[in-house]
Amino acid sequence: MRENSSARLECRNVHLRAGERELVRALSLCVQDGERWVVLGPNGAGKSTLLAVLAGVRAAYRGEVHLEGRRLHDWTVEQMAEQRALVTDRWHDPFSASVLDTVLTARFRLGGADAQGEHVAREWLAEFDCTALVDHDVATLSRGERQRVALATALAQDTPLVLLDEPIAHQDPRHQALVLDRLARTPGRTLIASLHDMNAAARFASHALLLTGRGDWSAGTAHEMLTAPRLSTLFEADVITVPAPNGAPLFSIGS
Amino acid sequence: MTTRPSSTLLLLALAGAASVALALLIGSVRVPPRDLWEILVGTADAPLVSIVLDLRLPRALSAFATGALLALSGAILQALLRNPLADPYVLGVSGGAAVAALIALALGAGALGMQLASMAGALATTATLFVFARRALFARATSAVALSDDGTTHVLLTGVMIAAFCAAALSLLLALAPDGRLRTMVFWLLGDLGGATSLPGAAFALALLAGSLVIAARLARPLNLLLRGDVQAFTQGVDVEWTRRTLVIVAALGTGAAVTLAGAIGFVGFIAPHLVRRVVGNDQRVLLPAAALAGGALVVVADTAARTVAAPLQIPVGVLTAMIGVPLFLWLLRTR
Repeated sequence: MRENSSARLECRNVHLRAGERELVRALSLCVQDGERWVVLGPNGAGKSTLLAVLAGVRAAYRGEVHLEGRRLHDWTVEQMAEQRALVTDRWHDPFSASVLDTVLTARFRLGGADAQGEHVAREWLAEFDCTALVDHDVATLSRGERQRVALATALAQDTPLVLLDEPIAHQDPRHQALVLDRLARTPGRTLIASLHDMNAAARFASHALLLTGRGDWSAGTAHEMLTAPRLSTLFEADVITVPAPNGAPLFSIGS
Repeated sequence: MTTRPSSTLLLLALAGAASVALALLIGSVRVPPRDLWEILVGTADAPLVSIVLDLRLPRALSAFATGALLALSGAILQALLRNPLADPYVLGVSGGAAVAALIALALGAGALGMQLASMAGALATTATLFVFARRALFARATSAVALSDDGTTHVLLTGVMIAAFCAAALSLLLALAPDGRLRTMVFWLLGDLGGATSLPGAAFALALLAGSLVIAARLARPLNLLLRGDVQAFTQGVDVEWTRRTLVIVAALGTGAAVTLAGAIGFVGFIAPHLVRRVVGNDQRVLLPAAALAGGALVVVADTAARTVAAPLQIPVGVLTAMIGVPLFLWLLRTR
């Protein structure tokens, strides 16, 4: 059954534009099962656009995205919902609803009789430190809490691929570490996340895609990509490494 | 948790039936409740049977269908547009129906002519809406147009613009209308069930209501997801464009039929969903049928009051739906 040769997700010659501006030129990328990719780049580099294209929410300017060897265009909405989840940071809570009901929307594709649904939803809420919020109204949550509920929602969708647009943007330091830690040790999932924090990226990722926002890109293992010289070029800033008391050196911006 | 929504629905259904029974009993000729059964099976005195079955029954059923269709459309649009201020009239469909009906009236058409014109106006406006909002209603997620959460805004803006145009056209018609017709026109604009005396007309509206409720029941789960944003609903497996398109058609046809039956009854499509939302919450599977039942009962009660409290004068039913609905809503707002 398993085709080890075919990638979970593949970009073939993908071009991205925002209006007339060229963001990404001829991106070719293979994401294999179980890999954790980080997408890094300055503001406006096309990170969110790329994630939207990978999720099938918008079309690439040119090129194709293949999911499990089949063109994304050829998947139905329901089939895609079984394969990938997307966490954005735009939430709409115009009417009140409980946190639990919000997470349960992820189980839509499983139909009305989803015996596992509530159990799975509660488990993921617990994973992201939201147990105390289960019966709260989503509209009353802080942005950080709402984001963790959105993460629980995406994982409760139970898809092999999870796309995350700045999943720790609203988290305090403890929850940044908690979220990345939970994501990194979730078995059987392939993750692609955009991040702004270079150190968080280094802790989280097995692979990295660097987008300059001017068309150029580079991709490879985190070890190859997340180096001070490459990050300096990427962010047009003086990125240095400083020794850490335990573990790998930390990135910082020099003066 | 599981019994509460169904018991609320049962209670609302009983309230709807009670309101219709009340409408049959009350009027210039008061019918004793114990005679109602004999009248319904046709064994009572002929004049009494005629009053109840030929006059009051079609009007009560029309009132119920009108209120239920408007409330259902309002509830659908509030969810679809993710906007608690939405009502059936935001899409401009009722405005279009009203313009056509008043033109027919100005040209000397009778009740049937006005109803036909009104329905034609509603359909024409719906078609206009689809032409101008086609980017939001027909966009494929994987085409050059990105799926975004702005789609609903586009539909809403288009509808509001059509409604504004229709409002201007109505003002023009009222300004140009001869004095003799002005009163009838204003009355119609405020909502008037006086012309809803045909049983087939009521039956048609009730059939449309039944069909709309079936579709609403099927689309309530995807609508629960659409409430939280188009992008998220799409990634979770909802066919966003198809769901939105179908529900816009249901809401537009329901509004068109209601306006055709009863003129532009204001407010019930806005208030009924909010009333029941405070009791049953935001699960569209419960909210949509509950709003329909509540809206139906509200208009039946309002219309019964409209034709009795100041008899022989009739008060526009639209005035009473607001006068009953607003205090009720404010009371719920305070107690919850």
